[in-house]
Amino acid sequence: MEYETIVGLEVHAELNTKTKIYCNCKNAFGLEVNTQICPICTGMPGTLPTLNEKVVEYAVKMGHATNCSINNVCKQDRKNYFYPDLPKAYQISQADIPLCEHGYVDIMLNGEEKRIGITRIHIEEDAGKMLHNDAFQGSLVDFNRCGVPLIEIVSEPDMRSSAEAKAYLDTLKSILQYIDISDCKMEQGSIRCDVNVSVRPKGSTEFGKRVEMKNVNSFSGAMRAIDYESNRQIEALERGEEINQETRRWDDAKGQNFLLRSKEDAQDYRYFPEPDLGTIYVPKERVEELKKQIPELPNAKIKRYVKELGLSQTDAELIAENLPRCRLFDECVKLGGCSAKNVSNWVLADVSKYMNETGKDIAETNLTAEKLVKIISLIESEKISNNSGKIIFEEIVNGGDDIDKIIEDKGLAQISDDSAIEKIVNDVLAANQKSVDDYRGGKTNALGFLVGQCMKASKGQANPAKCKELVLKYLNG
Amino acid sequence: MELYEYSAHELSKMLSEKKCSSEELTKSVLNRAAATDEKVGAYLTICGDNALKKAREVDEKRSKENLHPLAGIPIGIKDNISTKGLLTTCASKMLYNYVPPFDAFVMNKVNGADMVVTGKLNMDEFAMGSSTENSYFKKTHNPHNLDCVPGGSSGGSAAAVAAGSAVISLGSDTGGSIRMPASYCGVVGLKPTYGSVSRYGLVAFASSLDQIGPMARNVTDTAMLYSVICGHDNMDSTSAEHEYPDFAANLNSDVNGLKIGIPAEYFGEGVDDSVKESVMNTVRELEKQGAEIVEISLPSTKYALNAYYIISSAEASSNLARFDGVKYGYRTENYENLIDMYEKTRSEGFGDEVKRRIMLGTFVLSSGFFDAYYKKAKLVALEIVKEFNAAFGKCDVIATPATPGTAFKLGENMGDPTKMYAADICTVTVNIAGLPAISVPCGKVNNMPVGLQFIGRKFSEQTLLNTALAVEELNGEAKPVNV
Repeated sequence: MEYETIVGLEVHAELNTKTKIYCNCKNAFGLEVNTQICPICTGMPGTLPTLNEKVVEYAVKMGHATNCSINNVCKQDRKNYFYPDLPKAYQISQADIPLCEHGYVDIMLNGEEKRIGITRIHIEEDAGKMLHNDAFQGSLVDFNRCGVPLIEIVSEPDMRSSAEAKAYLDTLKSILQYIDISDCKMEQGSIRCDVNVSVRPKGSTEFGKRVEMKNVNSFSGAMRAIDYESNRQIEALERGEEINQETRRWDDAKGQNFLLRSKEDAQDYRYFPEPDLGTIYVPKERVEELKKQIPELPNAKIKRYVKELGLSQTDAELIAENLPRCRLFDECVKLGGCSAKNVSNWVLADVSKYMNETGKDIAETNLTAEKLVKIISLIESEKISNNSGKIIFEEIVNGGDDIDKIIEDKGLAQISDDSAIEKIVNDVLAANQKSVDDYRGGKTNALGFLVGQCMKASKGQANPAKCKELVLKYLNG
Repeated sequence: MELYEYSAHELSKMLSEKKCSSEELTKSVLNRAAATDEKVGAYLTICGDNALKKAREVDEKRSKENLHPLAGIPIGIKDNISTKGLLTTCASKMLYNYVPPFDAFVMNKVNGADMVVTGKLNMDEFAMGSSTENSYFKKTHNPHNLDCVPGGSSGGSAAAVAAGSAVISLGSDTGGSIRMPASYCGVVGLKPTYGSVSRYGLVAFASSLDQIGPMARNVTDTAMLYSVICGHDNMDSTSAEHEYPDFAANLNSDVNGLKIGIPAEYFGEGVDDSVKESVMNTVRELEKQGAEIVEISLPSTKYALNAYYIISSAEASSNLARFDGVKYGYRTENYENLIDMYEKTRSEGFGDEVKRRIMLGTFVLSSGFFDAYYKKAKLVALEIVKEFNAAFGKCDVIATPATPGTAFKLGENMGDPTKMYAADICTVTVNIAGLPAISVPCGKVNNMPVGLQFIGRKFSEQTLLNTALAVEELNGEAKPVNV
């Protein structure tokens, strides 16, 4: 029998606000354990939370960016459970009234667009981190992450494969980066996801029993976890077994998952309204103001690049998926003076290469959109050669500043003036009669040598196409 | 007359006129505590050295600058209010060794006014109880009759003030925990409007109901202390933005034209006839002074006790979950694993009443029961608010007994939690509606004090204090009881 895989995702993204959600501690990653803490985020008796308004604004922005409706009035609730990394023994979250709901994002897979429903987005606080180490008995807790603001983005069960899930995650990630509310660093755990998988016979309209997987720590891990779980369920069904609604733990190293708890053992979180915090009220006007702050999002950009700028779908996607690259591209195009296609080539080749090799953002260097446009337009107007352009680019990203001066110092100006080149050609041919004869005798590879000699004589400044044209004209003349 | 016997407003004058020093006064109060507390058991922690040091500092400061009217006056603090560097146990084994790293908002205010903290006062464990018998450490006795309870949960705060081992004190009130012990011990206790005193640093029992308030032997002292602790705090999201008058300066006992509502529901079955009589006699005295008596009805009162125990226990079950043995306080000695550690720590660290409420609260929040209990209790709360609003269309204050009877004997109600809970019948509606209320002594029955409760509109503390002052003027200010 043929089966269909159904995937729904719960994505947790840490927001990059300056301070934590309920206290004034710094929201920062990677600092010494238990240094970014205070009595509030460590839940000392008698402390009270006060909501960081920025968290609400960031979440509303994400709601706008995923086409959600925003609940102007909502509340926060307590989710009660015991764990050493949760010092209050409850997490402040949102239960029945999330800040944002009923949205969607469009994903692109193999050139086809698909709409994935967003059930809800709510705000909540992160927990601390358990540290296990063989050097001591027992476990230690780092509370630095306690109270780091999170949004949880819950999707509809609209994905039908691990590839769709990956495309969805990539889309969410680029949106989060575009609206600049999360650092999206998987390795720092700033995006995490819980994966829900079920399978059903193809053609069936009813959902199968759903299995939730925890501990999925990367997008590629999510794909592996989905493929594994979907196969596990199909094999079980093929054997005539039933699927149980349960929670399983994904072990990426082993490439397997393990039962964490069955439905019967499901935790009762005893949600109830958080009495220490008031109602969240976001006036309609503020919601609209925040909407205006949403920049053009990746999907819209890709479409515009293809339709209006004539880029290929692949190039458009490559540029749009990386925010620094895309910012540079947009700025260059906006400045004008050179073709978008050439900007795209430069951004995807030299700029990307530089960023990949150095791990640096282009914004950290001297290369501005103005400079890149100047380099490209100098090439387009044949004032410099393509190679010289690359040399200038290298100079600029390594600290150079004045393009004209670099051209002058390095003698990179291209000679395109016919009479100047004609003189060089005449001199070279006169000095290389043997090669001229060779060519005329049928050894056509002598042409390359002669053009090369012309370039050498011009110290690389001659326009190579012009040189070749004139050499040929002479030889054939 | 010994210094500890004076009221805070008298002492304020004496200190500013240099008729005594804060050091002398503090010594007198500490001596009184040393003489009485073995019998009364009001204090859990006495910090005599720190108090005397502070008193000397205040005396020194007084020679150079003008101080707050309450500067140099000794004050006792209920042991669920966080005091930096000073044990804060909530009268629980769970926090037997807990020293907070920060001061509560009210402690910043108290310290800012240069008051002298003499120590931390006994209470029912985590403020759950009506007799202070639920303290893990000791029982507190009623100074009027040592065989009787002082009421609860702020029993230590009431007993210390009544016995003169504190001039004034801070208590907290979630369902009557200030007003009931005030009534039983013959002192004044004010439960302020919800949101008028910051809860920051008050170890939470039921967040939507808890409120810190002043206790004293007279209305003027109560007003002075309330002026110190009220005010907005941006560390507490439930703190109100409100302008407060100088309550003591504005005191006025003229009740001419004041409309006093009498709700039949608070004078029905379960309330001692002698208490009803004492309260009504006092109200009639105010009528003679020009007050108008208005009959009102608060029919949902009969559901209030149930709603209160559901809401308060639900919140408590969550608020007290943090006491898990991980970071501070009690942890069981031997355990196999994490769950075992949690179970043993919490089983051993909490007393029976606390465990009873945690179980009750956990149950009413459980999926499948939430709608039937918590949600319904919240609907009752809305109804109670509505009825109070309607009542305040007809009257300015509502007069009721503060407690259905006078102080009962130690151990009398310990075997029967529901009987113990019933002692809160006159006070819980006030917390549910977030209103202010005051208990003021209005006489004695069988030699034990009776408290009259006035309930007011939100932020009508001045009216309540004024009305209570009129009652006080009938009998005179209370003096420390002979123990």
